[in-house]
Amino acid sequence: MAALVFLEHHDGELLKGPLGVLARAASLGEGEVAGAILGAGAAALAPEAGRHGAAKVWVAEDPALEAPLPQPRVDVLAKVVEAGGYDTVLFAASVLAADVAAGLAARLDAGLNWDLVDLARENGRLVGKRPALGDTVVADVGWKGETAVAIVRAGTFEPAETGGGEPEVVQAPVELEGFSIRAKMLEQAHEEQAGPSIEDADVIVAGGRGLGGPENFALVEDLAKALGGAVAATRAVVDAGWYPYSAQVGQTGKNVAPKLYVACGISGAIQHKVGMQGSHVIVAINKDANAPIFEFSDLGVVGDLHQVVPKLAELVRAKKGGQ
Amino acid sequence: MKIAVCVKEVPEAGAARRIDPQTMRLDRSGEAALNAFDVNAVEEALRLKEAQGEAEVVVVSLGPARAVESLRKSLAMGADRAVLVSDEGAAGSDLVATAGALAKALEREQADLILFGQQSSDSDGAVLWAAVADRLRLPMISQAAELTVADGTATVKRQTEFGYDRIEAPLPAVVAVSDAINEPRYPSLKGIMGAKSKPQDVLSLADLGVSADLVGEAGSKTEVLALGPPPPRGESRKIEDDGSGAQQILDFLVERKLL
Ligand SMILES: Cc1cc2nc3c(=O)[nH]c(=O)nc-3n(C[C@H](O)[C@H](O)[C@H](O)COP(=O)(O)OP(=O)(O)OC[C@H]3O[C@@H](n4cnc5c(N)ncnc54)[C@H](O)[C@@H]3O)c2cc1C
Ligand SMILES: Nc1ncnc2c1ncn2[C@@H]1O[C@H](COP(=O)(O)O)[C@@H](O)[C@H]1O
Repeated sequence: MAALVFLEHHDGELLKGPLGVLARAASLGEGEVAGAILGAGAAALAPEAGRHGAAKVWVAEDPALEAPLPQPRVDVLAKVVEAGGYDTVLFAASVLAADVAAGLAARLDAGLNWDLVDLARENGRLVGKRPALGDTVVADVGWKGETAVAIVRAGTFEPAETGGGEPEVVQAPVELEGFSIRAKMLEQAHEEQAGPSIEDADVIVAGGRGLGGPENFALVEDLAKALGGAVAATRAVVDAGWYPYSAQVGQTGKNVAPKLYVACGISGAIQHKVGMQGSHVIVAINKDANAPIFEFSDLGVVGDLHQVVPKLAELVRAKKGGQ
Repeated sequence: MKIAVCVKEVPEAGAARRIDPQTMRLDRSGEAALNAFDVNAVEEALRLKEAQGEAEVVVVSLGPARAVESLRKSLAMGADRAVLVSDEGAAGSDLVATAGALAKALEREQADLILFGQQSSDSDGAVLWAAVADRLRLPMISQAAELTVADGTATVKRQTEFGYDRIEAPLPAVVAVSDAINEPRYPSLKGIMGAKSKPQDVLSLADLGVSADLVGEAGSKTEVLALGPPPPRGESRKIEDDGSGAQQILDFLVERKLL
């Protein structure tokens, strides 16, 4: 196996997700494991990649790679795969990485398996573990053809220092396609520090689209207040402008692990689950008995949140008042 | 302006889903429906059409012959035309095989804007657009929470791990929308009645000039090797709220010493 790991970075730091994938690839212990760091400041990050298991790091700092847009990265990685003779290209799930991985798979005519929660070598082949159908089955997935492309589910592998030394640093060939540089970043996201921090809360009450409208976040806020907890939200309601991004839980939001997570009107999409599955106790209120959230709740109540949530807030207050 | 919307037929929400251990493919024999995430993409196309005054909206899909029924919902909502690529040989196509066939169908349409939904509910890939855009050699923007089209340019606001980006791309372009971009309309009775008489083309792979070795299992570069149960998880209880739901949650929180 000769594996290349796409090392995404932001604000001058390599992200934890791909570093975890790098460590996992190195632990498979077969063949070369290299990293690719593309964009401004890439070379400066190479030593850190080396400490996390990359023997070689491909870097490119072309101005067209400055904004975190996928298509020019596909052009560069396709050339790196060719130049370096890689048979495996690994990604940690992110908005950017998923688009790069799928574009690359198309370009190389390679198989892409996504949402993997583990990687293994079995009989000389790479095998991925892929939960499917709302995580109700786990498939062993493989690849045919010359190159295997994989996206690992967010938060799967922890980064680990492997004791590797200074990596060999190689300039990646940058030959960009015309269509790849037509999309332009007008305004790039920066983490908003404003808003309450939900990561340290012991209790979180989260609201989703089932609330029906932004005004109904009052129900969630009131229950959170009664329980002494913080309020969180799904991407669907943040995208819709019902609640601030700083309160979002999930793949593109916060990762939380409170003692209690109460999900109100949330379907339980994988991208939400990855941000809250570490919660000690999960209670879900959803009117749809088939909602995926019930698959990973400790207590699920099939019902209308407009009935259950205010009543629960009242009962909690009565209980606390009576103590 | 011409807008193509890529839509997929998926097992109906709530229907029991299983992977056939013989074929290792999703069993698609049960009730099916239009992927809910794609309804947002159809809605967005219709809103753009209404805003532009003049536009054609065509839905494009790869799927079994009966998927025509699911596509009809987009026609009932207001789409003008449906194109279904359906062929025994395409069954079991993975990402790259699907992207190849879909790109061929889209090439024939020469749309100015190609919309995708957020993800298919049966695969949760949220990736197909990037593969199709690469095949079509078009600029692509994903996860659009807001989309505006003016002066031959698509501008998108979209969420990443770090907050909101604003990105623009000149048309023709591929844009994948999020499930929060709009509140889809329900088809009107008139829409439902009119849908049947709208053009619905069913194309074979041969019609598209796609060779059989590039699609279906032959053209797929991934495979399912084995199926196993998910990792065991703690006990879970599910109850119907009969008016005592809140009380039962309270009792549970007390039992778990959370109150
Ligand atoms: C790349 C990517 C990244 C993503 N990142 C995130 C992320 O970080 N966080 C995140 O949350 N999502 C994320 N998503 C989106 C995710 O896939 C889902 O679309 C989203 O989580 C759905 O939000 P929801 O549960 O609020 O809405 P829905 O899926 O619409 O669910 C609403 C639920 O409310 C229930 N309901 C309706 N009315 C009532 C009522 N009266 N009482 C009780 N229940 C009711 C319904 O039955 C339904 O189950 C991401 C998606 C992608 C593709
Ligand atoms: N078979 C298909 N035919 C047409 N469009 C599809 C098909 N499969 C997926 N799509 C589109 O691609 C989007 C993302 O799908 P996926 O990457 O499978 O999650 C969906 O929301 C649809 O817009």
